[in-house]
Amino acid sequence: MADINSNIPEGELTQKWTKYRSSVALVNPANKRSIEVIVVGSGLAGASAAATLAEMGYKVKCFCFQDSPRRAHSIAAQGGINAAKNYQNDGDSTYRLFYDTIKGGDYRAREANVYRLAEVSANIIDQCVAQGVPLAREYGGLLDNRSFGGTQVQRTFYAAGQTGQQLLLGAYSALERQIGMGKVEMYTRHEMLEVVKIDGKARGIIARNLITGELERHFGHAVLLASGGYGNVFYLSTNAMGSNVTAAWKAHRQGAFFANPCFTQIHPTCIPVSGDHQSKLTLMSESLRNDGRIWVPKKKDDNRKPTDIPEDERDYYLERRYPAFGNLVPRDVASRAAKERCDAGYGVGASKLAVYLDFAANTERYGRIEATKHGIQNADKATYMRLGREVVKEKYGNLFDMYAQITGEDPYETPMRIYPAVHYTMGGLWVDYNLMTTVPGLYALGEANFSDHGANRLGASALMQGLADGYFVIPYTIGAYLSKEISTKAIPTDHPAFVEAENSVKETLERFLTIKGSRSVDHFHKALGKIMWDKCGMARNEQGLTEAIAEIRALREEFWRDVRVPGSMDEYNPELEKAGRVADFLELGELMCIDALNRKESCGGHFREEYQTEEGEALRDDENFAYAAAWEYLEGVHFNLHKEELKFENIKVAQRSYK
Amino acid sequence: MNLTLKVWRQKNSKSAGKLVDYQVSDISPDMSFLEMFDVLNEQLINKGEEPIVFDHDCREGICGMCSMFINGRPHGPKQGITTCQLHMRSFKDGDTIVVEPWRAAAFPVIKDLATDRSSFDRIIAAGGFISVNTGNAQDANALPIPKSQADAAFEAAACIACGACVATCKNASAMLFVSAKISQLALLPQGQPERYRRVQSMVAQMDAEGFGNCTNTRACEAECPKGISLENIARMNRDYYAAKFVSEEEV
Repeated sequence: MADINSNIPEGELTQKWTKYRSSVALVNPANKRSIEVIVVGSGLAGASAAATLAEMGYKVKCFCFQDSPRRAHSIAAQGGINAAKNYQNDGDSTYRLFYDTIKGGDYRAREANVYRLAEVSANIIDQCVAQGVPLAREYGGLLDNRSFGGTQVQRTFYAAGQTGQQLLLGAYSALERQIGMGKVEMYTRHEMLEVVKIDGKARGIIARNLITGELERHFGHAVLLASGGYGNVFYLSTNAMGSNVTAAWKAHRQGAFFANPCFTQIHPTCIPVSGDHQSKLTLMSESLRNDGRIWVPKKKDDNRKPTDIPEDERDYYLERRYPAFGNLVPRDVASRAAKERCDAGYGVGASKLAVYLDFAANTERYGRIEATKHGIQNADKATYMRLGREVVKEKYGNLFDMYAQITGEDPYETPMRIYPAVHYTMGGLWVDYNLMTTVPGLYALGEANFSDHGANRLGASALMQGLADGYFVIPYTIGAYLSKEISTKAIPTDHPAFVEAENSVKETLERFLTIKGSRSVDHFHKALGKIMWDKCGMARNEQGLTEAIAEIRALREEFWRDVRVPGSMDEYNPELEKAGRVADFLELGELMCIDALNRKESCGGHFREEYQTEEGEALRDDENFAYAAAWEYLEGVHFNLHKEELKFENIKVAQRSYK
Repeated sequence: MNLTLKVWRQKNSKSAGKLVDYQVSDISPDMSFLEMFDVLNEQLINKGEEPIVFDHDCREGICGMCSMFINGRPHGPKQGITTCQLHMRSFKDGDTIVVEPWRAAAFPVIKDLATDRSSFDRIIAAGGFISVNTGNAQDANALPIPKSQADAAFEAAACIACGACVATCKNASAMLFVSAKISQLALLPQGQPERYRRVQSMVAQMDAEGFGNCTNTRACEAECPKGISLENIARMNRDYYAAKFVSEEEV
């Protein structure tokens, strides 16, 4: 399609990034000092970008809604980060990581971006270790790796079940260092509420100081959005309570196209919902599938305790259906398989919406290895289990504790009960190779953009992408734009565009407060979440999506008529913040359904019931849908589709098979 | 479950606060403590009253944002967890629960139960890092680190900066927090070049923020949701003395 240009450099796939880096325009150090860059979000992508740009000499302002940049939700990532280091000598390479990612994403990602991601992955590990990030090591002192879904090599680096925390604290420390040196101005407890455009270019933002309620105008030569994903549109997800789409949505309304919004990742291993009061869902890391085996009883409505069900009456359905990858199939495949079993009546637990994740077999296996190491012969099973338990505890201790805390059950003794939950969003703001949106000067990084994971993200690749974008991609690609801006003087914030943007933000906030309706913001958020989960969740169909669109429109109308937001604008008012976020979710939800309805094929996390193979696998339609759907926002909450055709020149497109 | 809550309400940092009584009923034992607060807030909104402001975000015990002082203990009665991981099954029907914000001069109350902990960020900005610009790193495996040392660094790095250590300390000392970061970096070879400069700058900032000193009551260690050890304070003190006697730098 002609109207959006992905700006992919010419040349061989393997040479694109190398050549680009050597030829992209630069900004000299003296000019960098007078160029201002705004970064919204302080997670892995935002913190690493803000720190790196400041190190390079740009003047940076960074914004986050939390009370400290260290609290961004990247902190909660558990399992690990992929990198094509091939330290395990098991056949890994840049190409293989690229191949796994494209295939894992069901051939709906852009080749050039993914290859670049695979190339810089190794640099990320080097950088993090140099910062003092304590990644797991072996006794020889070198870094350890483990396996994640959708791959047959061990390329995942980790720090127990707290990899995201440790990587984020690394990026945070780099950011704080620049703050201490006065090179980054940090605005915590601030929320971006509008992008300011002047002559078609992004030139700043309107942010609200969440403590005082004051609206602030900030100028920047460029604006970077690293504001995360939109999984909270489902109300219940593994995202933090504050995670939201607002920054990205404001950008969308200002002309940035939103790509593949229906591509959401439902993570197979989460703690099941326990009741209506629930405010969020908790993930159990994919790394657990290294040693946990997933099963349901072979008999329907089998109410025996899991430990009382004999081996031959269990259905290890992933191992049965996918012998080559077994329990380590990609997330979308594992989630759908769990749903299939539960829908067929084999679910476990009180709600029957759960399957078992069982560590007993591998605990015993580890116990036997330990016994051999310690010269213990002919021990009984209890001894093996006791020895194995210590090994399991070292690998996953914090996850087991978390499970026990939430459910009140001991996962060392009885299998975990798990069920899929919304976890990540592959869709996001459309960006070109430079990570620039369709608004010049406005960039999107990390989960906020759409570019690298196609229709399904592989485990341990979100951390990789966030840090790749922030540390190694944007510092180069932003030069292409800023080198043309060196003579642009800082624009005073009394410019009419700033005044107008601030007024429109103020009007919206006032509107929330004057409705004085009868229902809380959460009421509407929960209602939206239910529509999305039932009709735009793990399985979608034409009828459901059509209904969902009508229901969301009606709910949005009701929201603007009947929401109750207490308090005032000029104080710390979390309900007002939530109202703004839910208002944006109410528009996004509709777009997600429209996108899901438009995509008449199944791919990755997007499963249209009408399009499946005889075995129930996703059935793609490469002839008609090998494109990224980039939606343009039109006045009055309407959307116009633009298509970026995806070309696969270095990889053979095939039906994804993990059998 | 039916419960009586006594919750600290304070309009803003300038006004005085007080404990206000609330009744909540039909609370499920499977609810988290914060979900119980969601229920209470929903009630208040429906009655036209102002909901209670409290800090929270990830609700899985890792972001460090939640911070309630429950019945005289930070994060409530259980060991090794944050407020968001505390479940109502830890309480009995009919209980009265007192909920206050963190109390420390260096953590001023913003509103109700939310406090300003930006002093922690300023301490990190003063030296809680290794000075390595992006792109300066060597291959990650060029520097083998003994597993025991890497594991010890990781244990210190597990701190979530919630501030429970400060809230529970009678001196409002931040030494557990500060020493955890100092230890993480002092235990690693990458952290050596700045080791003595770091301890001096971070301690100087900690003092400037108005945190108290350590008198070894060990309350911080007992209440830390991440099990950060008091050993870190010993290591910090040792490094601090070493720095002052041997390699004092202008910081």
